[in-house]
Order: sequence, then structure tokens, then C-alpha cells
Amino acid sequence: MPHLLTIAVSILFDGLAYAMFLFITSVGLSVTMGLMNFVNLAHGAFAMAGGYVVVSLTHSLGIGFVPSLAIASVLVGIASVPFERGLYRRLYKATDLEQVLLTIGLAFMAIATFTFFYGPIPKSVPLPGWLQGDVNLGFRSFPSYRAFLIVLGVVLITILWYGFERTNIGAKIRAAVDNRRMAESVGINVDRLFTLTFALGSGLAALGGGLAIQLFGLTPYFAVLYLVLFLIVVAVGGLGSLKGTLLAALVIGIVDTGGKYMFPQAGNFLIYAITAIVLLFKPAGFYGRE
Amino acid sequence: MAASEIPTASEAARQRAAEFLLHRHHFIWPEALPWLLAIAAFFVFPDRMTIGTQVLIMIMFALSLDLILGYAGIITLGHAAFFGIGAYTVGLGLARLGWSEPISGLIAAGLVAAFAGMIAGWFLLRYRGLTLLMLTIATAAMLQEAGNIRSDFSGGYDGLPGLTFDPLLGLFQYDLYSHTNYIYVLVVLAVVFYFVRRIVYSPFGQALTGIRENVRRMHAIGSPVHRRLVTVYAISAGIAGVAGALFTQTNAYVTLTVFDFDTSAKVMVMLILGGTGRLYGPFLGAAVYMLLEDKLSKMSPTFWQFGIGLMLVLAVLFARRGLLGLADTVWRKLARRGAP
Amino acid sequence: MTAALDVKGLNRSFGALHVTRDVDLTLERGARHALIGPNGAGKTTLVNLITGVLKPSAGQVLLNGEDITSWTQARRARRGLARTFQINQLFRGLTVLENLCMTIGERDGNCNNMWRSAGARRAVIDEALDHLAALRMVDDALKLVRELPYGRQRLVEIAMALAQRPRVLLLDEPAAGVPSSETHLILDVVAGLDPDIAVLIIEHDMDVVFRFAKEITVLVQGAVFTKGSPEDIRTNEKVREVYLGEEHRHG
Repeated sequence: MPHLLTIAVSILFDGLAYAMFLFITSVGLSVTMGLMNFVNLAHGAFAMAGGYVVVSLTHSLGIGFVPSLAIASVLVGIASVPFERGLYRRLYKATDLEQVLLTIGLAFMAIATFTFFYGPIPKSVPLPGWLQGDVNLGFRSFPSYRAFLIVLGVVLITILWYGFERTNIGAKIRAAVDNRRMAESVGINVDRLFTLTFALGSGLAALGGGLAIQLFGLTPYFAVLYLVLFLIVVAVGGLGSLKGTLLAALVIGIVDTGGKYMFPQAGNFLIYAITAIVLLFKPAGFYGRE
Repeated sequence: MAASEIPTASEAARQRAAEFLLHRHHFIWPEALPWLLAIAAFFVFPDRMTIGTQVLIMIMFALSLDLILGYAGIITLGHAAFFGIGAYTVGLGLARLGWSEPISGLIAAGLVAAFAGMIAGWFLLRYRGLTLLMLTIATAAMLQEAGNIRSDFSGGYDGLPGLTFDPLLGLFQYDLYSHTNYIYVLVVLAVVFYFVRRIVYSPFGQALTGIRENVRRMHAIGSPVHRRLVTVYAISAGIAGVAGALFTQTNAYVTLTVFDFDTSAKVMVMLILGGTGRLYGPFLGAAVYMLLEDKLSKMSPTFWQFGIGLMLVLAVLFARRGLLGLADTVWRKLARRGAP
Repeated sequence: MTAALDVKGLNRSFGALHVTRDVDLTLERGARHALIGPNGAGKTTLVNLITGVLKPSAGQVLLNGEDITSWTQARRARRGLARTFQINQLFRGLTVLENLCMTIGERDGNCNNMWRSAGARRAVIDEALDHLAALRMVDDALKLVRELPYGRQRLVEIAMALAQRPRVLLLDEPAAGVPSSETHLILDVVAGLDPDIAVLIIEHDMDVVFRFAKEITVLVQGAVFTKGSPEDIRTNEKVREVYLGEEHRHG
């Protein structure tokens, strides 16, 4: 039945785009939590900040959308370093609860600050022509923006995979995630590694935040609204695992999209149910260690 | 030291050590303070009893969280689940079953919530850290979403309005100024607190502290850790359920927002503010938070939110044991200066 | 007579890493048995397998003839199997007395009591004080564990295990981390242990081993290299190469 197939393809496509967004934004959180065992609930705030930087760059400075994304990622990535060095570093040995509280506090402060400067009304971004409307792939047309998201996602996944599996730094990160003490004993400077990973992760989060504007609109509350979602992707995928984050993002993205299509009243029930089921059987997530 | 002196000194030391543990649970006079203040508030601020009642309810909710977070060390961001279960047991009981007697409804709510806590705890408390955190968040969220799916039954986010309960004990009518409500909640809080206090000072309470401080050691000495955790989780859930039921009864209204992540986060902030692992931490934290929120968030919600965030950051960096912890430190400094 | 502790064919692997290979070990009542071997031989892993911290890949553990292989750690502890850890695992924020009361309370089921406070615990407190008196630590009773010097904390660690009234006691390097001026405190306690308890001690200090042990098992790369009386081990050339050689060099 063509109608069912059409719906299935739409769900798959939208789900894939959503999954790419989830992956891009969450991968940094997964790696930093796996590397340093640090619960960072302010991650959503970095994504939110990235979104607002894109808004300012495009609206106030007239810079194009895609260049703004790149600039915002770099800016937020760099800006995250003093947080890691000055604040987070002091709590690596602290309890989970203390890390949770500190980072939630930071998230609240971020939300309040951005509300003060940008106001609570949702913001949008001007998209270049080629990202608006649809793109015709022969058998069907798809929304260009979502297609862009998917392509961007695939490119980033490839780059990240290459970086992780083939480069020296990637090997060091993987070693440190696997067994920090052993990594330190063979001379890997885990502290510096972490700052780098943290900056990269925050930069990617900012990118995700910028990409999200067109999908969901941007308010300061983005920082906590989607935080739970990022945590779900990270927990379900397994801390410190690129593969895990991707798989979890795909599962959550597609199931959530499909669920909202078919049973809109169920809202987020399906997502939470999946989280609970996966964690009950595989408490460390799909590819988490131990 | 002469050989004959050693046994006596040891005997004295033994006695002193035993005394300390034997009498620790006795009431000390400062403990009367919060209760006297609560009673005084009734006479001094008779027109603020509505917020007063909600403060007392939050104290109870925070107390329930203190049992598992402060004493047993279980980190949860989903405790609103049990608050909501209690709230809806009473709400649906009235709206769908016509159960309008408040005290029996209250007890039922506590039992239902405790039962839910026992089931949830049995599954969830096998896990720790992020896994447990996410599972607790998921549980509360699923209850909320389930309520939304059947919003025809539950009243959804619009809620169940117009819940009028019978007069308490058939005698005390409710009034617009919440005078009856305040006393009602205060009495229930006193009863609940008495039970919590006994638990905390009991050998079971000590075992909870042991689990929090060093769970490896607890396993090694033969403690049935999982059973203990599920037990305290069920008790805590029951108390949260009672607080939720009181919420519905005193507001004559309940909506699905009781299950919000926000509710779980707020009660945790209150507890941290007052000081975890202390019996009176919830009193101080909930009172200060609610009263400040009432004043400040109306003036500027943005500044209020910033303030809460800042307070959390400062608390973790400088005042890990909350306001009570700060008070302790100050008290000790003063005592040291006073002593010769 | 049934052995106090009987370990048969114990195996444990982590993926491709075979850390415990076919270990057999028997402790009779009143045994004084030392487990020695070079670093990384898997001695602590073996203790973890016996106490239930780790589940074996194959093999059996019998406590007084009872098969406890599938039992949880806590259940084994309640049956009389006690251990100390290589690094102190104490309740550092609590007083010494509370630490011991915790152990006794869990042992005799007192900790199931949610209602009565200190009144019912007089017996527990007295017993805890008795244990402290035996170690001459009554004066430390109300001190927080973290305020004690490490050597005395190590004594508390042993006291905790003894307060379980064990039938089998596993001591994992009891003198580890203790400054040499305080080692004698530990050794005196070990020497004075109830003769009915079966004791297994992991140790690196060969003086301690030869003074204390009636039987010695040498573990190398997870497998039993050899076992025998102190004389056998002392004169065994291969053991000397593998293990005593290091000690000899370090004097």
C-alpha cells in the first residue's frame, strides 16, 4: 500500500534528521562523561548558547547561516575551556550529587542570563535559499533543511570516526576512556586531553543548538528541555562510545518521530519506556563498558 | 600511669563511649524551635496561612527525599512520581469513586505510594549513578505521559477541579483562609516527623548511613543492602505520597504538573539548601526556598532563577552541608572562642 | 572432618584474560595459611572470588561443607566468612565505636530494627567495647576513623572482621601501608587470633609469613605454583627464583 510506504519513508527521513541532531549534540556529552566520569548537566546550556550566537550572527551581523554555525561552534568551544579549567576541574573527585548540583546551577544561571539578554520569546533564523523548501530526489521530494541535516550528520560522523579510530589523539582518547589510570601511566596527559575533548564536545553541542533553531525554535529553556533527551541518548548509548551514541540517536530519533506520527497523544512515553527497558537490561547502555 | 589506674581509666572511657551512643536520640531543646515557630506563625500571620500550608507540605516532601538522598545516598530526580501518585490517589478517589473522607484517603494515598515505591525500588535500586538517575527520571515522566494519554480519566494537564473533601473528623470545616488546612497539615507533619526521627536513630537508620558511606564494607559485613534500600525507598515514597495527598486536599485541585521534572528538581534544591542528612535540613530549606520564591519570583522570575543557580553553585563549592552545615560551623567557631 | 573452607578448581576469566586458573585450596579449622606470590599473581582476585565479590567462571567454594558458590557476598558474610581489604574500607566519617556497632548490628539482625533506638543496643555497644578493649583501643572509641593514624585504622579494619565472629577469616595484606613503627600492633593481633578460626593471610613480608603460617600456598599468574609447609617453601629453589629471589634482592 503506497500510502503506508509513503508514511514510513517520511518517518524514516524525519527520524534520521532528528537522529543526526541528537547525535551531534550528544556525542560530546558521551565522550566527556565516559572520559572523566563527570556528570555535566550544563551541556544543554552550551547547545543553547550556540543557538543564540547563531541568532545574533545572522540577525545582527548579517552573516550567512552556515558560516554562523561554524563560527558559533568555534566560539562556544573556546569559551567552554575556562569553565572546564576553572570550575569543573575542581569537582572531578567530587560525588555524583555535587557534580549534578553544580552543573544544574550553571544551567539555571545560563538560562536566566540568556533570558535577560534575548527575552523568552522563541527565536528563528533566516535560512539561505537552498536550505528552504524541498529538494527533489527523483522518487520523492524531501525538505531541504532536513536533507542538509542528514548529509551534515553523515559527514561529521565520518570525520569523528576517522579522528577516533585513525589518529593518534583519537587513540589516546579511547585509551583514556577505557582505563584512565593505565593511560596516565603510559604517559598520556589526560588533563589536557580532557580539556580538548570538552571543548570539542561543547563546540559540537553549540552546532547542534544552531541546527535545532529551525527544527524546534529557540528559547533559553532549550538548555533543560532537551537536556533530558541528551542524557537519554548518552545513557542508552553507553558513556564514551561513538558507536553507542549513534545507535541510540538513531533508535530514539526514529522511534520518537514514528511515535509522534502514529500516536501523538502518547507524547514522550515511548522514549522513556525505551530508556527504562534498555537500562534495566543493559545498565551501561548499548556499548558502555562494565 | 600506675598499673592499678589503667582498669579504672578504661572503665570510665567505656562508660563515656557507651553513654554517647545510648543517649544520642534523646530530644534536645532546640528541636522544639521549628514547631514553636510553626505554631507562632499561625497566630502572628493568620492571613499567610495558604502559603504556610504549602510550606509545610514541601517540608514533608523534602523530608521524604532526605531519607533516601541524605541518609541512604540514593540520587534520584524522579521523586515527584510518588508525590504525584499520592496526589492522584486522593484526587481520583474523590472525582471517580466519591471517596471524600480526607483522613482515610490520606492513609490510602500513603500506602499506594509506598507500594509503588517498593515495586519501583526493587527494580531500580540494583543500579547506581547515571543509570539510576535516568531510570528515576523515566519513571516519573512515564507516569505523567500515561496520565496524559488517558487525560479523559485523569483530567490531564487541565486537572481535576472542584475537589471538595468532607470536613476533618466530621467536625472541622475548611475556610477560605486555610486555617483548618494549616493545622491539619501541621499535625500530619508532626506525626510523620516522629516516625522519621525514630527510623533515623534506629539501628536501621545507622545501616542506611553505612550504605551511604561505604557500600563495599556493608556487603562484606553481611548487610542485605538491596533489601534495606528498597525498604527505605518504599517508606520515603509513602511519605511523599502523603505530602502529595495533602497537596490535593488543601488545594482542592490537582493537575499532571505534580509529576514535572521541575517538581523533583525543586525539592532537591530545597533539601540541599537546608542540608542533607539532617532531620531539620528539610525544615530550613523548604521554608527558606518557598518564602523567598513567593517574594522574589514575583518581582523577577529571571533573577530568581539566576539566584537559585548561583546558590547551587556556591553551595557545592563552599557550603556542601547547606544552611544547617553553615550554622554548625559558625556555632563551633563561637563555642571555641567562648571556651577558655 | 569437614574443612572450614574448601576451594575446588576455581577459575575466573575476564574475556581473554585468564586470571585464576584451577585453584584448589583447603583451610582446616584453626588453619594458619599464608598465600604468597609475586605482584599481579591474582591473590586479591582469589580472595574476591572466595568472598563473592566476583563470580567464578568455573569451580566451587565450600564453607564448612556447604556449597556457597552462587551465594552473594552478604550471605557468605552472615555464614561466618569475614575479610579485610587491602586498602581500609571503613566508615571514615563515623566513630570507631559506630563502625563496630554497625558490624555487630548487621550480624545479629539488630539493624533490621527500625523502631527502637539506643535502648536495645546496649548489648551491641558492650560487645563493641569488648572488642576494642581486646585491642586496647577503648580510648579511641569516640574518635572519627579518619582522625586516626593509618596503623590504628588498620587495627579497626581487623576488629571489624573479628566482630563478625567469623569461622573463616581472610586477611588481605593486613600490614600494608602501616608504618614500620606500628606493624607490631597488627602482628600481635594476628598472632593472638582465636585458635578455632581458620585464617588465610595474604602477605609480602616473608618474616611475617614464616612466623605466622603453618601452611603456605604460592600463587603465580593465577595458578597454584606449589604449596607446603614453611620449611618446604623456604628450601624450594623454584619458589626462590620466582618470588623469594625478589625479596632476597630487596633484603
